[in-house]
Order: sequence, then structure tokens, then C-alpha cells
Amino acid sequence: MNVVLAQIQSCTVNMIRIKCPYCGERDHSEFAYGGDASIKYPNLDASKEEWTEAIFFRENIRGFQKETWHHLNGCRMWLEVDRSTITHEIKSVKPCHPDLQKIMELKK
Amino acid sequence: MTSKRLDNYGKINRDKIFSFSWDHKNYYGYEGDSLASALLANDIKIIGRSFKYHRPRGIMSCGVEESGALVTVGTQDRKDPNVRATTQELYQGLVATGQNAFPSVNFDIGGINNYLSRFFAAGFYYKTFMGIPPFEWGSGTSIWMFFEKIIRKAAGMGKLSRLPDPDHYDHAHDFCDILIVGSGPAGIAAAKEAADKKLDVILVEQDNLLGGDQLAESDFDIEANYTELKSLGVRVMHRTTAFGLYDNCVLGLLERVTDHTGIVNQSLPRQRFWTIRAKHIIVGSGSFERHIAFNNNDIPGIMTVNASKHYLNRYGILTGKNIVITTNNDSVYPTAGALFEAGAKVTVLDARRDINLEKKISDNIEVRNGCVPYNINGSREINSIDIAETSNNPFRKTDTINCDHVLMSGGWSPAVHLLSHRGEKATWNKEHLCFLPGDTKEKISMIGSARGIWNKDDCIKSGIAGTLEAMNKMGLSKTNYFFPKEGGWKNAIQPLYEVKYNKSRSKSFVDYQHDVTADDIRLAHREGFISVEHLKRYTTLGMANDQGKMGNIIGISLMADLLDKEIPEVGTTVFRPPFTPISIGALAGRNVGKHFRPLRITPMHQWNLNNGAVMIEAGLYQRPWYFPKKNETLSDAYIRETTIVRKSVGICDVTSLGKIAVQGPDATEFINRIYTNPFAKLPIGKTRYGIMLRDDGMVMDDGTSWRLSEHEYLMTTSTAQAGKVMSWLEELLQTRWTDLQVNVTSVSEQWAAAAISGPKSREVLQNCIEDPSLIENENFPFMGFISTNLKGGIPCRIVRISFSGELGYEVYIVSDYANTMMDMLWKEVKEFNGCLYGLEALGALRVEKGHVTGAELDGRTTIEDAGLAKMASTKKSYIGSAMRKRGVLDSMEREQLVGFFPVNKNQNFDAGTIVCEKDNIEGFGIGRITSVTHSPELGHWIGIGFVKGGKEKWKNTVLIGSDPVRNKQMELQVVSPHMIDPEGKRMHA
Ligand SMILES: [Zn+2]
Repeated sequence: MNVVLAQIQSCTVNMIRIKCPYCGERDHSEFAYGGDASIKYPNLDASKEEWTEAIFFRENIRGFQKETWHHLNGCRMWLEVDRSTITHEIKSVKPCHPDLQKIMELKK
Repeated sequence: MTSKRLDNYGKINRDKIFSFSWDHKNYYGYEGDSLASALLANDIKIIGRSFKYHRPRGIMSCGVEESGALVTVGTQDRKDPNVRATTQELYQGLVATGQNAFPSVNFDIGGINNYLSRFFAAGFYYKTFMGIPPFEWGSGTSIWMFFEKIIRKAAGMGKLSRLPDPDHYDHAHDFCDILIVGSGPAGIAAAKEAADKKLDVILVEQDNLLGGDQLAESDFDIEANYTELKSLGVRVMHRTTAFGLYDNCVLGLLERVTDHTGIVNQSLPRQRFWTIRAKHIIVGSGSFERHIAFNNNDIPGIMTVNASKHYLNRYGILTGKNIVITTNNDSVYPTAGALFEAGAKVTVLDARRDINLEKKISDNIEVRNGCVPYNINGSREINSIDIAETSNNPFRKTDTINCDHVLMSGGWSPAVHLLSHRGEKATWNKEHLCFLPGDTKEKISMIGSARGIWNKDDCIKSGIAGTLEAMNKMGLSKTNYFFPKEGGWKNAIQPLYEVKYNKSRSKSFVDYQHDVTADDIRLAHREGFISVEHLKRYTTLGMANDQGKMGNIIGISLMADLLDKEIPEVGTTVFRPPFTPISIGALAGRNVGKHFRPLRITPMHQWNLNNGAVMIEAGLYQRPWYFPKKNETLSDAYIRETTIVRKSVGICDVTSLGKIAVQGPDATEFINRIYTNPFAKLPIGKTRYGIMLRDDGMVMDDGTSWRLSEHEYLMTTSTAQAGKVMSWLEELLQTRWTDLQVNVTSVSEQWAAAAISGPKSREVLQNCIEDPSLIENENFPFMGFISTNLKGGIPCRIVRISFSGELGYEVYIVSDYANTMMDMLWKEVKEFNGCLYGLEALGALRVEKGHVTGAELDGRTTIEDAGLAKMASTKKSYIGSAMRKRGVLDSMEREQLVGFFPVNKNQNFDAGTIVCEKDNIEGFGIGRITSVTHSPELGHWIGIGFVKGGKEKWKNTVLIGSDPVRNKQMELQVVSPHMIDPEGKRMHA
């Protein structure tokens, strides 16, 4: 299924460009969308209710939202992208993992 | 209209004559002609038949907005329908035919529709195909469907060839600093300015020649212009349409590489689909001249004013002898002068009373102020035009002028399409009577007449301003710049959209291509369609392949009139890509046929083929399906292979399984959190089968993990979920459990693997490894793992696991040694009269054992549903543990895994069969069959699948398998899914 979707995507124009902190600016077709980056997933032994809240309830944000993207066909880094759901404008891209964030900061 | 070629006009190459055929007759044209100009040169008047009424239509424009001259170009598998004759370059041997007509556009039986037109009014299709009101009589009946077919056939565009497309298409990519769309005066000025500033510039032009509207000027030097751009280092892409503008200055373009040659060149694609990422985009896409709605405004011989100037100065064709120009603006007067000088009699009807022209025109051109076109007399060609005066309300005929050619200019509409693709709304300008592009925050600049600037000098200034704006927005400079004001005519334009005919049954076309008349819009309004979007769909206004380039604004103005509102209150429609039609072939590019998706093969792919494998696609992988002996069918082969594995031994390529190296001090903790079953105490040198759930408690995948050392595991996943599991592990480690010190690496490509299954598998393997004692039963029990060497010192990893239910092993080896390993194993397997087996036998073996795969674990299955509840630890928390028993997931009434035997042992059945209770065979039933096979050991067909309540509820009960698709029904007995050796004695042997 994913393969077919990827095929259909490859037939259309790539719409968003994402600046991967490691690889540079790339077409969004290299990335896979993850989800809401603001979610704090509960501990594994947390209650069903907490997990329900984390998994199923989402804000439908009109404007900037923090989301995760996976640089699937690149460095494989999971990134936190601050993107406008209206204009696709991207304010910032940084690694999700705090240690990788630090390394990227040092590199600058 | 009598059009003819003039000697001293045009930019065509008269030294190169092309012959071409139109509707099966041969004609001649010149290099540099378009098909439309060549047809005009041959004085061919009727080029097409209209969509609904089959009215004869001629050439109405000279560009992409053409609504009359839609033709079919090419023959057989290279037949291209709905080609605009105005944009098709002529080439030697071009074959074009008329369309939507029988037997020909010249004499078309469908023309009778013209007289039945009151039946074809707005909403005709909706009304017709829903049946006849008030009771929707006839809807869906066979007789109605029959009529529907005829009606659909009569209404339409050209026909596709229905043969496979023999041409190939490329996808191409590029980058630049500034991309400029359009090579009119503004675009060229922008390009020169940007190139001068040492920027990397791409200039895109849909035409084959650069120049835009300047091509209609007699003294424009195409060559000099082109040479200058080249010398400045501007990258010019002509015959390339910028069809869509996307986020972050990404532009989609279509380059027509060989469409103008008619020659099949295997070394060139027919078209290229470009994705260009620019830092800034400057749009100088020009503007479209509007027509005017009045009765019979579609009779062949009608055209937009500026088009006739293009035909004159670009193609050297005078499009009429006795010409009437109707206008509401100043733009027509240079054309009027040029046409007169070229030898035509010219009369201008100007809707405005008092005008004061910038340049005096010849006294021989009669200008009638305050006059508008009212009606054209003629059917296949224009005989005369009735005119009305603006002072009369309502309009009535006040005079008639004999003429053969009527040119219209109802004002100009900037081509705001590309900006509209970005969701930027154009705003109505009351002064200039057009939608102007709004301001945008994006790195896009609008220049030239696309910005509503009408005169050439100002267009050039706007081009330079566009580049300066671009450089400022790109942060390269901080220059002051200004854009000239919109407009540029001496006399104001006056609204003129429709001249209403005072008799009923008027044919005053708003949208030529879809035969939408002004009356249709009024009818739609009467029927309650008052939003523009509804109006558009109900009347199909602007929905033909010109997407309303000419008619939209007239339609909106009529609607505004009816609603007693201003145009901006009624709104505009949003333009969406593509700007002009794109062939599906270009979208697909090279991703066709076997290149539709990437191909993955295992390192022993060739080895499998050499040994007689028939391959099958499994995800992206090519895997051996079965290994037929002489004359064997699939069914013969897999039954033989399955039997041999159970009796003796077989080997199978299982390389496609996903393999992930999990390494690091916290590897054990990590693995223990993602599998449902306990892994914390898995000893080194052991492997364990595990199930992973998703956060929401559904099964994600199953596989094995082998403990290689204290901090190192090798995880295998199913073939289908390998990529997903890898991403999932990375997500967990990088976003959730960032404190865990674990690294995951995909090693799927690094390891080749073969399964050896069957009672003789140990002996086979012992003959292949350096130290046979290592895998004696007592040294190497079920679920054991060792790293050792094959004979010859080839390092390998062996696990004792079984998917077939027999004694079995999987041997993993560095991919480069795959063939060596297969040679060694196969030699030994043959000693035991063993076999090679493929995916079909693999499936049969696992169905007999009730092992689940992707067919069962389809994302809707819980661990209980799959009959694997024992695998869910109650002593630890893991991904999905909190959610797997929520609400409905905890019900015993859920569909659970069972096995099925046919009651009649000779009967077979298929996956997808619906399982029902005996007296209640309907709907979705109470379950479904997911996998079936013939079981050689049991001697009949068997299946596994799901049934509500599972085997607890139905064991040994007879249910009905219903397969309406294959028209089959059978009695099925519910049994345990573990149909062979349920205690697992064989694999522990
Ligand atoms: Zn990257």
C-alpha cells in the first residue's frame, strides 16, 4: 500500500521543501510524516485513559504546529518541524533527540 | 471569412514547405506555422463541432485559450485528442482530424442537436441522468441507460486511441535563483536584469518562440532577442509550460520535446515533466483577451482582436477581407490600423461614446461609437452583423453591416493562474475591469500584463522592478524599486460582457467549449444556483479543458447582474493546476510497466532462476513462487514441494525477511518494551518468537529476535513490515525513549537467508558445516542460535526455528556468499531426494500449522484475535499493553482465528469467502477466510480465517462459506487452526 502511495506521490510535484539539519534542504517526498510532536506519550504502565488521550485526541490546529517528520530516504533522523498548516511555511526544523540537537548546535 | 497568406508579412520560413493532412485531405504550410495558421492560410473555416449542440466552430484565438479549433493530431497509437490547433506547431506530414462530429466537421449529423437545444440547457445532464421528474421516471432502467449512452456519445471531445502509449516520458529536476515564467517584454526585461546581476536565471516560455505579445509586432527581431538572452547566460526553456506553482517556490513544468517534429526519436522523450526549485519566481504570464456574449457569437469567422494581429505579423495571414472589430477598450486600435494597412476593410464598433485616441488612425477605418454587436447572421460563415446602440435599453437591432470576419475585445484578464495555485485570491479592479493579482508574502513577483499593466514600456519597467523585488526578498540587496501603475490606456474601458438578445432562444455563448450560453446562466439562477461554485458545476461553465480562460469573467458578471451585486461580491473561481492539460504519460514518466515500482531481488535471485524458479512479487521483492518439474502446474508443484518437505527436506530463499541489528547497553530493555512476550531473560545464544503491537493495541508485526551477546540482538521482521518496523524503532528511540542507549541498523541487505525444513534438515545442515556436532539435538535445541562456519570457513549464523512445523533451521550468511551456500545446501538436499520450495509451498505449510501472516495480521487484529493470547505477558508493560484490552477489543464476540475443513472433502474454496451461519447467509456474515491451501497430508483443502466468537463458540459446527464473487457456496466445518502436529513434536525432534 505504502509503495503504491509513494508511486502516486512520485508522479506529482513535490510540494514542500524541508531543511534537514543533517542533509540540507530536500523535497518532502524524501520524508515521511510522523505525527503531532507535542504529544508526551505516557509511561508504558500508565492507565488506559492516559494512553487514550495520547493516542486518539488531537488538536486540529490552524496555523503553526509542531510535528514529527522522518527523513526516511535520507539520514533517517526523526525531526521536529514547526510548520503552518495553512501555508506550509516552516519556521524551524531540529532533531527530535536532544543529544542529536546538541550535536547539530555544535556543528553550527 | 476569407483568410489568405500575404507575401510581405510574417516570421515564417517560406523556404521550407510542409505538407500536412486535415480531415483526410492534403494541404501545404510553412515552417513556423501553427496548425491553425496553416488551416487559415488554406481558408479552412470549420475546424470543430461544439460540445453539446455540434455547432460549427472556427479558429477563435491564437493561443492556449483556444475554444474552437480543438482537433485530433496523429493516428493509431500516437493519436492525441483535444489538441489546440493554435498551439500545435506544423511539421512535415502532420495528420489532423476534426472531432466530435460524424461523418466530418464539415457535415455533422449531430448538428441536429442545435435545433433541439432547448433540451440541452443548463443542468441537462443532471436532470437527464436522474430520470424524468417529478418521479425520476426511467432512472436506472435499461432503456434509460441506452439513451444515456447515445447522449454521452453525442456530447464530447475527441477520442483516445485506446492503444498503449508507445512514447516515453522523462521526469527531470533543476534548481535556479530566479525562474521567470513568460518571455514577453516584461519577462525578458526581468531575465536580462537578473542575469546582469549574475544570478542563475531560467526563462520559461510555452511557445516555441520567445517574445510573447511582441510576436504580433511586425518589427520584432526574434533572433536578436534570443541571442542576447543566451549571451547573458539566461537558461531558456521554450516549448515548456509552467503548469503549476507549489510551496517553497517549486514549479511544475511540462516540456514538449518532440511534439513539434512528428518524428519518433528513440533517444529523446516525447515530453519532460520538470520539477524546478527556484529561490524566487517571477510570473510574466501575460493576459487573455475576453470575448463578448451576443447572439451567434460563435459562427466561424469570429476571433479575438489580438489574435488576428498575431496571425498577420507572425504567420503572414490576413484573417478576413471585410472586418468588423467590436470593443470596449483602446487595445484594438493598433490592430485595426495594421489590418487596414494589410488590405482589409475595417469597421470598429466601440461601445464607448467619447474617446480620444492616443494615435490617430486612418480615416478609412470607420469607427462607430456607442455601438455594440447584437447578432451575427450566417451559420457556417459570417454574412453580416447586426449592431445595437448602447443608448437603447433593452438592446435592439439598429443597423446591419455586411462583413466576413468579426473580431471581439471585451477587455483583458491577467493570467493570475499560477498565483491562484498558491491560494492567493485575485481582487476585482473596477477601473480596469479585471481580476488583478493580490500581494503575496511568498517569493513570487507578478510582472507585465499578468499584473494588469497594458502598455509595453511599463511592462518592461515592471520586469526590472520584479527582479529588484526578487533580490530584496531573497536578501541579496536593498534597492528601492517601484512597479508602474496598472492599466495604461488613454480612454477608460467600459463594462461590456453581454449584449442581450431580445428574442427567445438566443445563442449567446459565455463558455464556447462547453456550450454554456447566457440563457443557461439565467436558467441556473432561476433554479436557485446562486453561488459561483454551484453555478459552475451546474452549467459546467469553465470546466472544459480551457478551464474558463475566456468565459469565466463574463459568467461571473452575468451572475452579479442577476444577483444585483458587484463582481467582487460574487467572487471568482479558484484556478488549480494544471494551467493547460498534461498527458498522463508525462505524469507517469518512466514509472511504467515493470518500472512502475522499484524491484528488489535477493542475492540468490539468479541462483533461484537457474534452478527453475517461477517468480512472484511479494511486496517489492521477487521471490520464488514454485519450482516446476516438467509440465507441472503451480498446483502440482506446490503440492509436491509441500509433501517432500514434510517427508524429507526442502530449502527456500527467505532473504526478504527484514533484519535489524539492535545494539547497545539498553538493547535488552528496549527489546523487552516492544515485544508483548518477555525478552528480559533471553539467554545469549537463544532466539525467541515475538509479537509487536502498535500503541493502540493492535498487532503490528511478528518475528524473531536472537540474542547474539550481552548487548546485541538480531531482529527479524516479516517481509511486508520490515520498513515500517525499522521506522517505528527509530521513532521510539529518537522521540520517546531518548534516554535508552540503543542503536538500530537495518542489515536486511547484508544477510542472505535460507530455510531448511523437514525431518532430514539436520543431516543436510550437518553435511554443510565444519563442525556437525554443534547442531546435534542435545547441543542445539529448538530456538537455539549459533555463529559458526560453513565448510570452507564461510562464517554463518544458524537459528533453529520452524515456520513449516517440521524440524527446521534458517541459515544466514553474508550476502556475497549466498550462491555458495545455496550450492552447498542443494547438493546435500538432493542426496535426500529433497526439493527447492517456493512461496506457495511455504504458504501451504504454514496454513496447515495455523501460522498467521500479513493476510491475518492486517492491522485490525488483536493478539487474542490471532489466537496468540499466550504471547501477551501479564508481568510487564510493553507498547500496546495498556490499550490492547480496551472496550470492544476485549470482547469474546470478536472475530477470532479458526481453521476450516470443507464438509465435502472434494470441494475447494478461496480466500475472501464470507462465513455465515447456516440459516442466515447474508451481508458480512460472521467471519471470513483469509488463507487457503490444499493440504497434501490431510488430502483435502483447508483454510484459516476469522469467525465471531472463535473456536470456543463454533468448534466442529458446520457453517456456510459464501463466495458470491465466484458464485460458490460450500459447507465448512470449524476446526482448530493447528491442523497438523498440534503438539509441535516434529519441530522439536
Ligand atoms: Zn537528513
